[in-house]
Order: sequence, then C-alpha cells, then structure tokens
Amino acid sequence: MSSETIELRGHIIDSLILPKVLDQILTHGANFKITEINIGRKRADQSFARIEVSAETGEALDELILRLRQQGAEVVERTNAQVASAPADGVFPSDFYVTTNQQTFVRLDGKEIEVSPAMINSAIALDQKKGTARAVKFFDVNKGDEIVVGHQGVRVVPVQRATTHTDLFQFINTTVDADEPKSAIIRGIGDELRRAREANGKIAIVAGPAIVRTGAGQHLVRLIEAGYVDRLFAGNSFAAYDVERALFGTSLGANPDLAVARGGHENHLRAINMIREAGGISPAVHQKILTGGILHACVRNEVDIVLTGGIRDEGPIPGVTTDVIEAQKVMRTKLADVTHIILLATLQHSLAIASMLAPDVKTVCVDIDPPAVEKAIEHQPLQSIGLVTDVEPFLRELADCLTDSRVRD
Amino acid sequence: MSNGMRELLLCPPDYYGIEYEINPWMSVARGAEAAVAQQQWKQLHTTLSELHCEVHLIPPQPRLPDMVFTANAGLTVGRKFIPSNFRHKERAGEQPFFSNWMEERGYEVHWLPDNLYFEGEGDALFGGDALFCGYKFRSDIQSHRALADMLGCLAISVELVDPRFYHLDTCFCPLPDGGAFWFPSAFDEYGQRAIREHVTDLIDVLPEEAMHFSCNAVVIERDIVLPEGAPQLVTQLQDRGYRCHELPMSEFIKAGGACKCLTMFMPQREAVP
Repeated sequence: MSSETIELRGHIIDSLILPKVLDQILTHGANFKITEINIGRKRADQSFARIEVSAETGEALDELILRLRQQGAEVVERTNAQVASAPADGVFPSDFYVTTNQQTFVRLDGKEIEVSPAMINSAIALDQKKGTARAVKFFDVNKGDEIVVGHQGVRVVPVQRATTHTDLFQFINTTVDADEPKSAIIRGIGDELRRAREANGKIAIVAGPAIVRTGAGQHLVRLIEAGYVDRLFAGNSFAAYDVERALFGTSLGANPDLAVARGGHENHLRAINMIREAGGISPAVHQKILTGGILHACVRNEVDIVLTGGIRDEGPIPGVTTDVIEAQKVMRTKLADVTHIILLATLQHSLAIASMLAPDVKTVCVDIDPPAVEKAIEHQPLQSIGLVTDVEPFLRELADCLTDSRVRD
Repeated sequence: MSNGMRELLLCPPDYYGIEYEINPWMSVARGAEAAVAQQQWKQLHTTLSELHCEVHLIPPQPRLPDMVFTANAGLTVGRKFIPSNFRHKERAGEQPFFSNWMEERGYEVHWLPDNLYFEGEGDALFGGDALFCGYKFRSDIQSHRALADMLGCLAISVELVDPRFYHLDTCFCPLPDGGAFWFPSAFDEYGQRAIREHVTDLIDVLPEEAMHFSCNAVVIERDIVLPEGAPQLVTQLQDRGYRCHELPMSEFIKAGGACKCLTMFMPQREAVP
C-alpha cells in the first residue's frame, strides 16, 4: 500500500473539482480519506481539502497523482517519523505514539513501513537497519530501543467498507438486541464460517463457563466435531466447569437435572484434582479418565487449546498459563493467524481478546448482557456482529445449521 | 470606460500568418491568405467601431504572428491588468509588449506567479456573478485560484477536453442577461454540470456550427459579433432579442481563432460581482 497526502484549494465545491478528484481516486481503484476540509462561507471564499490517497502500488499511486495534479491537487511533502530512545527497560519515551488496532504505517527515509502486528495501545519500535516497525508493549521494550514519538510520519488506514460485495458483517455492523429476531443472522454467520473453512481461514472460539452451565456444551462439541473450531481460548474456570460436568455431571455441584447433586461443591475441586493427577487435559483424555465435554472434543479433534488463568482460579489445571504477561504473549501468538472469532458468554476474556485482535478479524460476540456485547466489539468497526442472547440457543441454532447432527431436547 | 463606450484592444494582422502549429487547426502547409486576413480583420474592426466601441490598436510585432489574438494578452478588470503566462514559447514573446502597452496607459499590472500558465481572456470570461475559467490545454487550474485571490471573485474552473476547443472562449460565450451559448462536449462531465448549475439560460451550439467557431463571439450589450456559418445559433440569439453581426473569419479560423480571440475587453468588467 502506498499513499500520499494531497491538498485542494480554490472554488473546489462550485467547480465540482472536489467530487471530480474523489471520483477519479475511486475509479482508479484507490482509496481516500478526507483528513481536513474547510468550506468557504461566502461566495468568493475559497475552500480547502486535505485528502489522504492510498493505492495498492507505488506505480498506481504515481499515475493517479499525476492526473490529480492536473485538477490542481498539490502533493504535501511527507516527513519521516520522529523517534526517541527508550530511557530504560520497560519504559517508553514520554511522547511515545500510542497505536490503534488499525493498519498503521510509519515513514522512514521517504518509504512507508507497515507496523506489525496491528495492535491497540502499544508503542512503535523502529529498527532502522532492518527497516521494520513493530508494535510493542511495555514488557517488549529495552533501554535504547528507538520508539516513534509524536504523530509525524505516522499514517493510519482504517478498515474500509467493502464496495464490491455485500458483507454480512458490514451489513449488520451493529448489535442485535434481545428482542430482535436472530435466526437469519445466525444462518448468515453459519454461511460465513462455512466459507471461512473452505478458504482455509482460522476460526477461534472464546468460551466462558456459561456455555457449560447452560448446557450449551453439547452444541459446541458438535461444531468442534464438524471441524468448525481451530482454536479454543478459555480461562481456568471454564476448563474446571467443563471437566466437572464431564466427570460428575454437575457444575459447581449443581446438576441440571437434580436440584443439588451428591458431593455438592466438592465435585468442582475433585474434578480439578483428577486432571492434575492425570497430568493435564490431554493426558486425562488419553488415559480415558476424561471421556466427554468440550475439552475432550478439542483433544480428540486436535483443536488447539489456549488456557489462561485468573486471581480466583482453583488449581490451576495443568497447561493453564498463569503469568499474565506470559498469557498475553501466548494469546497474541495464537491470535496471529485467526480470521474469525466468536466470543461466547465471557466478558473478561472477550475484552482481553478483543484488545489483541487485528482490525480485519471477523468478530461475533454473544452475551446476555448488552453492555458486554457493545464493549467487546467496539474496536472492530465494520467487522463485527453482536448478539444479545443466551448462549445456548445461539450455539444450538448455529450447530443445527452447520452440522447434520441433531441433539435431543 | 469613456462616455459609456466599451473599450477594446485589437492588433492589426500585419505579421499574422501560420508559422508554427500549436493547436489542431494550425497547418503551416495550408497557411493563411494575408490579403484576405487583412480584409476580414478590417471588417471586424469596422463592425466593432460602429457598435459604439472605442477600439485601441497595439502595434503588431514581427515574428509574433499570433499577437493579433489580443484576447490572450491577459485579463482586465477595472484598472487592473493581469498579463498572461503563455504555455507555448512561440507566444511567450507577446507578453512584454502587452504588459508595457497596458502599463503605459495607466493600468496596474498584477503578475501571476510565473510557474502558472494562464492565457488571459481566452480562458477567463465573466458570466453572471462568476468568472468562468477553462483549464488543461493552455491555462493551469492553479492560475484560477490565484486570479480569484487577486480579484476576490468566485472562479468556476472547468476542464476542457476537446483539443480543437483549447480555450474557453472557443466553446463558451456568456451573455449579458446571465445566459450563455456553448458547445457542451468541449467540457468534461463535471465542467458541464458546474456551468449548468451557474448559468440559467444555456443555448447549446450544434457541433457543425461550433466548428465554425461560432462561440468565439464578441458581445456588446445586445449586439453579437460572430463568425458566419451558424444559422441556427443566430436564429436562437435573435429570438432572445440579440442583433447578430456575422463576419467571414476563415483566415483566422485556420489558426484556431475568430472574433473573440481577436478582441480583448479593456476592461472585461468594471468591478468584480
């Protein structure tokens, strides 16, 4: 992607020069963003527009700019990004540039370098020798690293609305409230996942304990068995609920069929203990101790399980990453190739994941709590659908439309 | 203006001829008949003089054959004269003669930045309350912005797309009642829309009549001096109450000019709208 900033001045509204320039940009397959516009108020007042033009290649951009110059466009000289050294390990220079999760470029020696990965709330570390720009968190920075400061020479390219086809995510692009119909949208999500799988996309599920507690686990298992889940992100508590349910038929001692099961709350701890004794989830599956549930299905179907911990965790279950900084790193690595993500009934985990998503990851968030849905998808404009609903009917309907299996009510 | 008379600047065609080719009309091989050109120019001079106009003559200069096309000397508004910056080096030599002549007559000469091409009244015509400005073949759109700054007026920039109609005055002629006659396909789609939005009564000129340079007309109140060969346009103008004076212009059309190209208003407007 190459870009230039152009400026138009004069009677560009009355002469239709502004619409002409914008049309020319689009008909050349390029994109624009009007970064500043000042429209004259009186008849003789001139107007001004500053427009960022971006095209796929440098050649395409040069050719376009040549045409735009004929329309009076003046190219703004671009400056290089400014850098300062990190004063200590884990500390950024005071005026460091704070990233968004949008595609970002920094200018170095007249060339633009894409910042990788697109990660929100980070700084940008430049390696001038290698010509690379990296989004870095505090723990990534070492004393003396060159960090971008100020806003000069930094360009952000927001996700554009698709103009070539109808995209379900861009079409809906909002939250579907509890009292609105959802079947058509869930079927649409199903179609999207089917296409993703055909196109070798990576589908990830972020799962909360409510999936187990509402009895929706069986539907998630159907999706896993049908090959619609490549990776599962969850917390220690989800894993504990899932194995308790698989081993004792209860969650936190409660049985969906009986008011209180034998053993009560003890079951939760006994289940954790059994997995610890087996050496982890996967060994428990192979030793045939764990013979059902979501994690069992993951192991059997080679779904990558990414478990991270929290303060209130019991256990933890072996394999759970409990160091939060380490957990962030693991989650980021495991999210790098994800194309579609479904956040299911877990506010804290969803927010953590959402803060790490690239802007083009298609995101579905399902939660019974409307603010949780809003918050989880706010950084994925044009790429997200939020559904305010219980997770059980959502998973049931999604599994029904994606798999041949049916579950007895 | 003296005694309410329009003042015009013409240049006798003593050195006129097709000596180079800088537009699709020009052909050195075909040339222009000097005697006929003299006769046609004199007829224009006489016609304009009889229309209650004070006609000034600038002395022609050898080796500047196109100096006869005074419309391209610059743009005059009130006592301000904005000289042209000719795109082609063949015509650039005309500039000092025009600017000195105007300065000697007490006009304030305001220069455009010399990196901006601008070919005077050829590409800048007042219509209604706007200054319509053509660009691409001869003038740069950036010059329009500079003009608007200097004059404090609304400048409507329109892109010319047909190389045969390389100046605005070859395809657009504003009328004093706010209307205009024009050849639409000489403009791009946006230019056409901009003109339609700013001009109330537009008369479309037929392609075959436009080819006779019929838009290249000098309008003096209700009198219109235009090249012969546009019977339908003449009828439409007469229907609107204009008197048309049709003149033979064949020898100048060979160089891509006619009545209007041979005439510069001094001034085109007394003040900006």
